[in-house]
Amino acid sequence: MAATDSAVDLSQAMRLEPVLPADWLLVAPLIITILGGALCLMTRKNTAAQPKVAIIFLTLLVLACAGLLAHVLDKGVVTMVAGGWLPPFGIAFTVDALGATLALTSSIVALCAAVYGMTDVDNSGRRYGFYPFLLLLMTGVCGAFLTGDIFNLYVWFEVLLISSFGLLVLGNERAQLDGAVKYALLNIIATTLFLIATGLLYGILGTLNMADIAIKARGADANGPLMTVAVLYFLAFAMKAAAFPVNFWLPASYHTPRIVIAAVFAGLLTKVGVYALLRIFALLLPEARIALADIIALVAIATMLTGVLGALAQTDVRRLLGYLVISGIGSMLAGLAIGTTPALAGAIFYAVHSILVMTALYMAAGMMRALGGSYSLRELGGLYRASPAFAAVFLMLGFAVAGLPPFSGFWPKVILVDAALVGGHGWIAGSILVTGLLTTIAVGRVWIYAFWRGGPEGTADGQLVAFAVPAPSAVGANVWLPIGVLLGLVVLLGVQPEFMMQVSGRGASTLSEPMGYLRSVFGEVAR
Amino acid sequence: MEAALSILIGLFFAVATYLLMSRQLVRILLGIAILGNSVNLLIFTSGRLMREVPPVIPEAFQVPPGPIANPLPQALILTAIVISFSFFAFLLVLAFRAYQELGTDDTNEMRVAEPTGEASPPQGY
Repeated sequence: MAATDSAVDLSQAMRLEPVLPADWLLVAPLIITILGGALCLMTRKNTAAQPKVAIIFLTLLVLACAGLLAHVLDKGVVTMVAGGWLPPFGIAFTVDALGATLALTSSIVALCAAVYGMTDVDNSGRRYGFYPFLLLLMTGVCGAFLTGDIFNLYVWFEVLLISSFGLLVLGNERAQLDGAVKYALLNIIATTLFLIATGLLYGILGTLNMADIAIKARGADANGPLMTVAVLYFLAFAMKAAAFPVNFWLPASYHTPRIVIAAVFAGLLTKVGVYALLRIFALLLPEARIALADIIALVAIATMLTGVLGALAQTDVRRLLGYLVISGIGSMLAGLAIGTTPALAGAIFYAVHSILVMTALYMAAGMMRALGGSYSLRELGGLYRASPAFAAVFLMLGFAVAGLPPFSGFWPKVILVDAALVGGHGWIAGSILVTGLLTTIAVGRVWIYAFWRGGPEGTADGQLVAFAVPAPSAVGANVWLPIGVLLGLVVLLGVQPEFMMQVSGRGASTLSEPMGYLRSVFGEVAR
Repeated sequence: MEAALSILIGLFFAVATYLLMSRQLVRILLGIAILGNSVNLLIFTSGRLMREVPPVIPEAFQVPPGPIANPLPQALILTAIVISFSFFAFLLVLAFRAYQELGTDDTNEMRVAEPTGEASPPQGY
């Protein structure tokens, strides 16, 4: 067959030029996390070495993602195809500023969680695979952010889902099993809906490559079967992102696992759903987004308000934070509903902010438990005297999640409200502002109950309850360091927002003007 | 052929949806299993059916001489089968463990994580 092979012009089917060294950064996050996960699995019994292995690999992951973001900011959208097969046939990894930013933020959060986990996860938890699951979860999260193929996106969703199951049931307590049943069933239904929509999309357009879909969907009839596909995608990813009214799995399960696991989940998982919504509705099916804009706006407003009202009605701090996660999802969906480039940039900035601040808040809740012995607002009290510094940290994180300056939540809300008013969506702007006020009240309540008053419920006014001094390891450097790093980033984004605004603007313009994305996949001959 | 399979897929979806709406965990799990299979059939049908020509290129050709069966859906389904099988295995164990610990397979009675009749949050300061 050698004779016939030499006659074939391979350049029609494959990329023949060698891959640039910098382009390996596209797949480096996956290689690092899978290798690290495997190593952690091999050292499963060696509970002392495991955190070190995980932290080394997660540091590498942060560096790789930072390098990738720099590469993308330098070169624009970059693409690498599996096996060198030309798109749309080869599976493409296409990274723009949106994907790279979220991957970098997620990897920082995962590194912080690995450090926090040194205190929070005991030896039994380590033996049952906290660190391998964490690394493999990051494989799924990074893969979802970086891939340029919609079926591949489904695969990464499943990778992160199965790892999250492992983390969720770690410890095997009754409440965990109860929460995990609901989490697992509803998330599997959501990914199955995603797969149904993908199957139908393949049936209509005959392609799975995102850039190819973006081209073909623009020429296709948006009111036909494509609309069905779009609605299915919206339902599937709204479930993933915990948008109202399909959000009930989140408050049912996020308070059951160990607090560091809840912190990772609150930071990352719902945001992957938001990312998929942004990618699919802004880039792939923009006509469907315009047709569904009113429904998305309605869902966004309902999510914001029910989330924060739910938070006001909670006694358990972790469940309260779970509702605040949901409320934040509403703000990001509002950006998608408005749909202009600044609004999308606001949604991206908000996603970065939400990843950082929600993880930090859950970790802070763990610290409240370490200091005060409970998660219940009825039993907490007087923590200000236990640690004034921590009281200040919690207050700052609370202001950040409520969107007060000078913290990271302020700028995305400014962008979103401005974009809403410019686009004539007064209801969305009003809801964002009302949600901000109610969030301030919700976190203010936590601060007043847990930190400000003299002691637990029933303590007479003016009296101060003596504190049991917590074990030093419970609030050691392993706890302070990750919270401090996340808080530092939250303050940095609030004081110096220019860089993040620029990056999220780049990400948003790739979504709304996809020529750069398409050219990166198909070369200069983009149709 | 596509029409017949579409009706079958619709039937599968109907059965799966019905089972998913029941309260017993075991029935929900059966619903998940059927749902996974109906999606596989859906992807298979989306790729258009052709029984006559296998996707094999004859020796003298570089490209298939005429229309051939679409090989891609089978690759997609294979991936989906592996994933849904492993998830189903996990769910079975999870449901069994939940039944052991909670003593019920009725989802309405699984209220350990979210107890009913919880006291309202503190209201005064």
